[in-house]
Amino acid sequence: MTGYIIRRVLLLGLTLLVTSALVFALTQIVPGDVARLILGRDASPEQIATFKAQFGLDVSPPQQYVNWLGRFIVGDWGRSFTGGNLPVRPLVLERLGNSMRLALMTLLLSVPLAVFLGMIAALRENTWIDGLVSIGSLAVVGLPEFVTALVLINGLALGVRELGLPSTSMVPNNTLEDWVRQLILPALTATFVLLGYIARLTRAGVLEELKKPYVRMATLKGLPRRVVIVKHVLRNALLPTITVIAISFGWLIGGLVVIETVFNYPGLGSLLVEAVKQKNLFLMQAIVMLVVTIYALANLAADLLYGVLNPRIRLG
Amino acid sequence: MTKQPILEAEHLCIDYRLGNQWVNAIRDVSLTIGAGEIHGLVGESGSGKSTLALALMRYLAPNARVSQGDIRLDGVSLLSKSRPEMERIWGRDLCLVPQDPLAALNPAYTVGEQIAEVTRQHQGLSKSEAWSGAVAMLEKVRISDAKAVAQKYPHQLSGGMQQRVVIAMALNTRPRLLILDEPTTALDVTTQAVILDLFRELLHEHQAAALYVSHDLGVIREMCQRMTVLYCGEVMASAPVAGVYQRPIHPYTIGLLASIPRVEIGASNTRLPTIPGTAPSLAQRGQGCVFAPRCPVALDRCYTEKPELETIIHERMVKCHRWGEIDARTLPVDYKDFLAESKEPFFNAKRQSGTEAKQDVPEETPEYVLKAQRVSKTFGGRSLLKRLLMQPDSRVQAVKDVSVNVRRYSTLGLVGESGSGKTTLARCIVGLETADEGRMTLLDAALPPALTDRPAALKREIQMVFQNPSDTLNPYQTIGQMLRRTLERLGAASSPGNVEKRIAELLAAVRLSDDYVNRFPNELSGGEKQRVALARAFAASPALVVADEPTSALDVSVQAVILNLLKDLRAREGASYLFISHDLRAVSYLADWLIVMYQGQIMEEGTTEHVYSIPSHPYTEALISAIPSTDPLEQNKHIRLIAEPNQSTERSGCPFAGRCPRQIGRICEDEAPPWREAGDDHRIRCHIPLDELKKLQSNGTPVQAALDKVVPA
Ligand code: SF4
Ligand code: SF4
Repeated sequence: MTGYIIRRVLLLGLTLLVTSALVFALTQIVPGDVARLILGRDASPEQIATFKAQFGLDVSPPQQYVNWLGRFIVGDWGRSFTGGNLPVRPLVLERLGNSMRLALMTLLLSVPLAVFLGMIAALRENTWIDGLVSIGSLAVVGLPEFVTALVLINGLALGVRELGLPSTSMVPNNTLEDWVRQLILPALTATFVLLGYIARLTRAGVLEELKKPYVRMATLKGLPRRVVIVKHVLRNALLPTITVIAISFGWLIGGLVVIETVFNYPGLGSLLVEAVKQKNLFLMQAIVMLVVTIYALANLAADLLYGVLNPRIRLG
Repeated sequence: MTKQPILEAEHLCIDYRLGNQWVNAIRDVSLTIGAGEIHGLVGESGSGKSTLALALMRYLAPNARVSQGDIRLDGVSLLSKSRPEMERIWGRDLCLVPQDPLAALNPAYTVGEQIAEVTRQHQGLSKSEAWSGAVAMLEKVRISDAKAVAQKYPHQLSGGMQQRVVIAMALNTRPRLLILDEPTTALDVTTQAVILDLFRELLHEHQAAALYVSHDLGVIREMCQRMTVLYCGEVMASAPVAGVYQRPIHPYTIGLLASIPRVEIGASNTRLPTIPGTAPSLAQRGQGCVFAPRCPVALDRCYTEKPELETIIHERMVKCHRWGEIDARTLPVDYKDFLAESKEPFFNAKRQSGTEAKQDVPEETPEYVLKAQRVSKTFGGRSLLKRLLMQPDSRVQAVKDVSVNVRRYSTLGLVGESGSGKTTLARCIVGLETADEGRMTLLDAALPPALTDRPAALKREIQMVFQNPSDTLNPYQTIGQMLRRTLERLGAASSPGNVEKRIAELLAAVRLSDDYVNRFPNELSGGEKQRVALARAFAASPALVVADEPTSALDVSVQAVILNLLKDLRAREGASYLFISHDLRAVSYLADWLIVMYQGQIMEEGTTEHVYSIPSHPYTEALISAIPSTDPLEQNKHIRLIAEPNQSTERSGCPFAGRCPRQIGRICEDEAPPWREAGDDHRIRCHIPLDELKKLQSNGTPVQAALDKVVPA
């Protein structure tokens, strides 16, 4: 088991190396000079040279990459090209914290609800409840995020005012209450996107399990329906859902660009878009590294959990 | 005498909703089962026996209903009970032992937990009380080291052990009635024999009543006191078991019993009697006797007037207009082989393709179609992933230094339990697996182990027929398209006209009418699908047909048809067979030469007669002894292989040691047994000298079981 984990982590290291090289190569290929982009068209050659020297861009591209890598590994993630040239690391880590909170909040809202809806739909297969859940989840999945967001903002506007929830966030304070308030709308929007997906998966999983002979056996052992469903069916039906939740987690950390933008939420996704626009190399690299790592770790966790919950894998 | 029966079903009718109308599936079934009684329910697939069995537990599919009649358990009607009331009865008074224990156990929980939850639910036991109860139950079903087994997950146990677990689960609450739904169908004969003993003993001890559902008439005879024969949802006969097997009265029962091959037959020119036609679907049942279209003694009256279920004597009931004549032996009910009656001219592709010379080989020359020398195959090894996951080395030597020769125009039977390597050997010969070692020749040409190395001409000469025809027939192709493709792929017919002609001839050869050309596989019954599979296998007139359990998934009456067909095809097409089966009855009907395999090695080989008569290898003896017999004159035999096969790879001695009832001591474990020649190339591999073996086996002393309890593998 430990061997397995170590290997997976090594694999992650390799992935990070390749990804960072790729990101670097892309910034080289995309036309446009970074210095000129940042300093503006009128920048003098001297200014540009100073800029390049300051950020180590005056050596050959492979050398630049190697230098960056060496510093990155020891924890010096470089400075941002813009915004007062702040060091990248604290900036990114703060945004990561925000994104984590949003992701966790979203999962907390969406997973139990989705599993519940999916289960109900499966148990009431081909009734109006099933239809409602199926059509509803299809519709929500198909809706672009900003539409959901706008609907939520407007729909809840009244309530929002009364509750004192801001529909556009400010820079977050650090009290718990603030966090809950500023999180709810973006998290709800993300929840809507995930909800349909997980619910449909759960529905399919439960339906599949219900057909299996062990369910009949459990029933004929005299177990109440509730026990049969929760203890026997759900346990097996949710196995595939775990993987999907892990993948969603990666998406929630790095992919919520639209939601973050609409709600002006300071997360990692919008920062990445900003960085790409500015060709803000070090910032970009740091964010990509983080997102890839989290994605991979979430997957590893899902695989391990899957193994723990599935004795057929755990015990061969 | 007038004790209250435990289960009474009275005039039970069950309907299914098909589209928007109700179709009657189970018609007017009555049965009673008393305490300590095991009642057999026999029927072929589609007879409704499983539906009926579950309905007796008041468990119906969502689209089914009881439209008439009553079910009473200990005198109390079950039909008026609510769902929560039924939940209190299920698992406590009324328990199911399902057909496929692995599927019936939840893969995510230990078997101990799954047994314990029953008593927690019904008797309100605490977690630890229920757990120790579960362990005690596992001991009761003779599992040694029950504590460890309770902690295991279903997939970690062998089929026999899983079945024991399910029995333990069912008996945990001392139920009044057990419904046993084909509980041993998935097991090897040897394991089945042990499990049947266990059932009998435990049911007797608990004085529980049981309904034993099976398609296997031998098992019913060994297990039950009374039996009911179900056909198309109707009771054809219901009677004490002894009478039925001695003198069956109902034409259907007579046909079923006649179509079972007997081990004793041996002679290869006999044919099995078969029941013509197929069972009608529920919607097609006519006015009169449901069996009339297939009955050899049907009268006009039988088609219009439904016979009553009449009591003859002594609880013996039969539903037939002509039972009087049959009982008085004035009306013989003879089933011929109905296939033999249609004598279409048979096309022989060998002649066409210019290879007819093969057929003129004089019988005397010992010529072999296939020679396979010293074939070995090992599976597993440690893949990268397994090493990563730190899984133990799982190498299994499936076939170990085995040599087989198939004589021309003959059938080599390959028997053994699951895990004996018989299927692996066959797959190596066909090329579906690549043998690690060994030399094979086909028609004196070298046969490379890997399929990709084999020239097309050689591939054409070996065809395979599988157990489950549905898996190998493309559902989107008509039978005609499929045969055409096969013929074209194998280059077996020169012109398009020839292709059509050959297709017609192939269908005729397997006795399917021309209009099957346009049918799709899902429009065919299981037996018909297997016939199509046979037609396909013979399309290019192969020299060798490898048939892997071709009849195991079929009903007895259908099995007889396929066995007869196989015999015909062999004679007319000039093919040879490698016939693999765990069913020694089916093998003995077809094979001239038998090979008995155990854990990848040959234990005995010889002509069918020699292998079935003494002296036999102790393993062969046990296999034969485990077959439940339908012959009323036959005594129950008493050799039981209680231990489970030991799968360890490194053993120097006899592979059967540790399980062998005739083991003579350490020598069996330490030294590989020698081959002993019994004449006529009959060879036995055992440390016991042949004359001694003969003596042991002829005085029929029951042998000591090797071990008292089963040890988990
Ligand atoms: S009633 Fe007629 S058709 Fe039915 S089994 Fe008896 S003889 Fe045959
Ligand atoms: S060698 Fe020994 S263990 Fe093997 S079959 Fe003969 S008696 Fe049994």
